[in-house]
Amino acid sequence: MPHISLPEGLPGITSGFAFRPETAKPMRELAEVLLRGPNSLTSGEREMIATFVSDRNDCHFCQASHRAAAAHHLGGNYDLVDAVKRDFDTAPVSPKLKALLAIAAKVQESGTHVITTDIERARTAGATDVEIHDAVLIAAAFCMFNRYVDGLATFTPHDEQAYDQMGQRMANEGYVRRNA
Amino acid sequence: MLPEGLPGIRGPMAFRPETAKPLNELVDVLLRGPHILTRGERELIATYVSAQNDCRYCQTIHGAIAAHHLHGNEDLVVKVKGDPELAPISDKLKALLVIAGKTAESGKAVTAEDVERARQHGATDFEIHDTVLIAAVFCMCNRYVDGLGTWAPDDPEFYRQRAALVAKHGYAASTLQEDQQ
Repeated sequence: MPHISLPEGLPGITSGFAFRPETAKPMRELAEVLLRGPNSLTSGEREMIATFVSDRNDCHFCQASHRAAAAHHLGGNYDLVDAVKRDFDTAPVSPKLKALLAIAAKVQESGTHVITTDIERARTAGATDVEIHDAVLIAAAFCMFNRYVDGLATFTPHDEQAYDQMGQRMANEGYVRRNA
Repeated sequence: MLPEGLPGIRGPMAFRPETAKPLNELVDVLLRGPHILTRGERELIATYVSAQNDCRYCQTIHGAIAAHHLHGNEDLVVKVKGDPELAPISDKLKALLVIAGKTAESGKAVTAEDVERARQHGATDFEIHDTVLIAAVFCMCNRYVDGLGTWAPDDPEFYRQRAALVAKHGYAASTLQEDQQ
């Protein structure tokens, strides 16, 4: 049961958003810019960073919904997303994305854990400053979203089909929507 | 390669205005918007979480803004950062700071008992919601600031002056104003 009286029937973060629309608006906009805005990283790559961090934070709602969003951006390739979650260093993704995931992993623990050699590794693999910036901020933002969702003990569905549909909407329609 | 001369979060915000806009708006709503908790109390929550996360820039600037709202009481800020249970603050705020501290560890660490304690001291659902979200937001801001290796000034006077500006104009407005100078 949620810690506070949240609107019923809404899963995860959407119940917090409905409870407090004033904070929902900038949170939705932030997710939209970071995950779907113009970027040299694909939305699939950015959603995989979001999924990876949410998984490390043990936030089931966020990791399951963004896992589905990532898969929908990647032509339905759930296997790739799961490989990244399991061990990104052996996953079939680019050396650049591996280096960005390594930075995201450090940010998930603490911003102070990111060291110059982590950044150098990403640069050597071809990452730009915007890509490094966004990898750090996506990881940091999911440390917020995950804590918001679990800190209020929001309702967490455990139905795979529901997450698949959610992910499809997130991938196709984005985060700035009415009644989403 | 962040713009030079801007400390803490303001470097990356100037570097990437597209993300700075919702970030500033979110912090303005939470820390300055219409509320039951005073601005001083909300800044104390932000400061406490930033101290737990060991983010020097965030805990110093938000500590200075908290003190500004609390009639310059820097000693109270130090006491809250040290141990909220021993600080001269309301029982409600103490209970909310426990929730904030747990949220900073992990959202899952917040228990029904923590929330019940806050309720018994008069906290509403709205205040509990915003406490969790302020704590969560600062878990983001702290990681953003430190993850990019930004710099933080040493001089306490810098933070006092900046605090006065933010207290007067808000986060979004004062960032725009100063960066354009």
